Amino acid sequence: MTQDMTKVVQKALKNQNLAGILDRWDYPTARAKAYEGVDFQALRNKIADIKGGAADHLMDLAQTFKKNAEANGVKVFIAKSADEAKQYIANLCKEKSVKKIVKSKSMATEEIHLNHFLEQQGIDSDETDLGEWICQLAHQTPSHMVMPALHLTKEEVSDLFAQEVKRPLDNDIQKLVKVARNEIREKFFAADLGISGANMAIAETGTIVICTNEGNARLVTTLPKVHVALVGLEKLIPNYEDAAPILAALPRSATSQLLTSYTSFISAPTPDENGSIKELHVVLMDNNRTAMAADPKFKEALQCIRCASCLNVCPVYRLVTGHVFGDIYTGGIGTILTAWFNELKSAEDIQALCIGCDKCKDVCPGKIDIPALILELRHRTTQKEGLSFIYKSALQVINNRKVFHSMLRAASFVQKPFVKDGFIRHLPMFLSNLSEYRSLPSIAPVAFRDIFKTIKQPKCSEKAVFFAGCAIDFVYPKTGQAIVTILNKAGIEVVFPQDQSCCGIPHWGSGSFDMAADAAERNIKPLLECNPDYVVVSCASCTTALKKEWAEVLHAEKRDDLINDANKVAEKTYMFTELVSKLIKEKRLTPKQGVQISELTYHDSCHAKRHVGISQEPRDALSAAGYHITEMKECDTCCGMGGSYTVKQPDISMQMLKRKLENIEATGAQFVSAECPGCLIQLGGGLDKAGSKIKAVHPAELMLDKFE
Amino acid sequence: MFENFKQRAELSGNTEVKRFETTPSALQFIEDLLVQEDIKEEAGSYALWAQSPILSSFDADSMASRHPGLYFKVDRELAKNARIGITQLEWGLAETGSMAQDSTNIEQRLASALSWIHVAILPTTKIIADIPALMGKMHPKNNKYITLITGASKTADIERVLAIGVHGPERLIIVCVDDLQS
Ligand code: SF4
Ligand code: SF4
Repeated sequence: MTQDMTKVVQKALKNQNLAGILDRWDYPTARAKAYEGVDFQALRNKIADIKGGAADHLMDLAQTFKKNAEANGVKVFIAKSADEAKQYIANLCKEKSVKKIVKSKSMATEEIHLNHFLEQQGIDSDETDLGEWICQLAHQTPSHMVMPALHLTKEEVSDLFAQEVKRPLDNDIQKLVKVARNEIREKFFAADLGISGANMAIAETGTIVICTNEGNARLVTTLPKVHVALVGLEKLIPNYEDAAPILAALPRSATSQLLTSYTSFISAPTPDENGSIKELHVVLMDNNRTAMAADPKFKEALQCIRCASCLNVCPVYRLVTGHVFGDIYTGGIGTILTAWFNELKSAEDIQALCIGCDKCKDVCPGKIDIPALILELRHRTTQKEGLSFIYKSALQVINNRKVFHSMLRAASFVQKPFVKDGFIRHLPMFLSNLSEYRSLPSIAPVAFRDIFKTIKQPKCSEKAVFFAGCAIDFVYPKTGQAIVTILNKAGIEVVFPQDQSCCGIPHWGSGSFDMAADAAERNIKPLLECNPDYVVVSCASCTTALKKEWAEVLHAEKRDDLINDANKVAEKTYMFTELVSKLIKEKRLTPKQGVQISELTYHDSCHAKRHVGISQEPRDALSAAGYHITEMKECDTCCGMGGSYTVKQPDISMQMLKRKLENIEATGAQFVSAECPGCLIQLGGGLDKAGSKIKAVHPAELMLDKFE
Repeated sequence: MFENFKQRAELSGNTEVKRFETTPSALQFIEDLLVQEDIKEEAGSYALWAQSPILSSFDADSMASRHPGLYFKVDRELAKNARIGITQLEWGLAETGSMAQDSTNIEQRLASALSWIHVAILPTTKIIADIPALMGKMHPKNNKYITLITGASKTADIERVLAIGVHGPERLIIVCVDDLQS
């Protein structure tokens, strides 16, 4: 990340207006209520089908739209580029001697900086959507796709309005809205031309569909003599009926409403009250959308219906707002769209802000795998520009087992002066910001791989291969020992292949798919060698690698001969608590009776919950083992660790941790657990640094002596 | 159907749903409202009644003479200064508490989009389930400008706080009439 970006992030973190507003809104609850009685998965499948299908035929649909709309008397222009679109509008303004324009909300006009362009032609163009108007008065870009001025407080808005109307105003929101009504009403009546966007363009009927709550689009399309709609090609849908599922999802996802106040279907120019016919122009704009549709990976992003729910749930967005995370289009999806509509370069810094927690993917009504597409951007940047020298060397070292492991052993020795109770609380000089809010765990004096050699294994009818992952191996060997003990109790012999090494997730996360494939290749054989019944992993990130990513990354890197074996590993892979919960059900592990109940809260690691869908099993196992679970608020929100994210984005990472710790403390539990050493490093270090009584402990250690 | 419609509509923001068995009783309600809202011959206090089927069931001229400031014609200057706009809607949607307007005639939009209070007359028999059901009844082929109206004009653009009456009505009164045919 560039120096500039670091400064921008730090500045953004100082102003937490937007985070506070999002908190008061409580979007997840409001959204759930709006979707009551609706099968969200079925709905989004339908939308993905419609929009995905449309993306396959963008130009055909554009031509169909043009033909049908023109038959209704609409003038349709298909603009290849932003410049063509702007020129068309400029020519129209000249022809009609337009001096004043009113606009309703349109992201496409923001994308091509239309207001600025019109201003240069001497034309006044006023926004009429309240949020957009506030941004215009503040000379700022929108910070949110649905609520553009969400980052500003009522005090700031009041100041802006006061400047505009040249009299002092108080901060009452209801009154401020009326001030806007008065001011903007005159503009509607004075304007020569109205510009709108569209939420959909229906090819079959040549119809544009516009949703607003304020009712400004109805006035923009009604009062001025001429109406121009600027519509991105991705808004095209084939048929009238296709609008229904999108209208079912868009308002629910965007503002947790069943329907926006005004939804207009406009298919033709209509008469004014004096009988003259209005002029209606639709500019269908490509600006790289057809190129995007031709890209097998990024085509998916055209399924977006711009509801912004991906922003509302994103833990990074809420901290830094769309002014940092995104450009015109904001948040995770904004990063992707920016890369395509404004060029990859401008998205480079932004893409590094996504921690890959997958929260957005869960709620997206367009069924877009946003983090996977951001990773694909990262991958392409890495291929084109390469990683920074230091970062690349680090990843190479990790991929060289012998060098990496001897470095870790050496580190265990070097760190000695800083270690107390297994934590490093201060680091010298340039590394100090890493330990400012969080103690760091120390490297264990003896690695698990060495300890394992000393544990005698019983001969059993079932065998489990244990894949420890770097953290359990070198930081938390006790966790590994607990896992072995518990599996042995269930009559399972544990095998630990010494050739195993890093699972490749750090490489994958940095976009270096080739190095990630190397990691898969190195591990698969040793894991399958003893023909195990289970492959047991107890790190959520490693689990993702074994269950999912290895096969995918091998496929992406065209090493298809290994995919069969990768699938075999995936089939046999269990997360430890997943296996324990199964063994309890099968009565192969019997919880001890009469143990004292302890209070626990459970943190869902992003990888466990959203990549491999494991969240109930650890709770079941821990409850059976004598823990009473009090759920914390936002138990499945990212803790801010995100592998190397905490090193690259320390400021954001620490803010996320802070919130997490508050939620943990509020439960009053004795323990917080998570089946992910990465999360435990973050949570445990944070709790230690804050002097908390709550301990962060891995489920295996919590269950160690809880079975017969 | 009606109960669902009413319940959903009344949750959609500053919306009241009234139901009348007969057209005369509905008309009486509207006349009372004109008095209550102090409709008079003065900018800002007009009431505009757009072309609608219900007009054939009573003597509009005599009603206009009883209420100075009530107009049965709509133009933009009057609309800009109207307190009440009265229109008749095509369909009601029970699932969302919405109504469908054929807005092709600009009168319908001017009367319903600029006033402070929108009185929406709806034949009770025309409440149907949802948008897919509506799509079988209204089609862009025949209706060149369709608007679905759900609640009053609103925004949450400042600090996510709900505010009503941004550019359009701050109050929506739905008058369902059982014996009204469209
Ligand atoms: S994956 Fe997480 S951090 Fe990335 S955009 Fe989605 S919600 Fe935000
Ligand atoms: S990416 Fe998905 S969640 Fe985000 S705005 Fe688009 S449709 Fe909505």
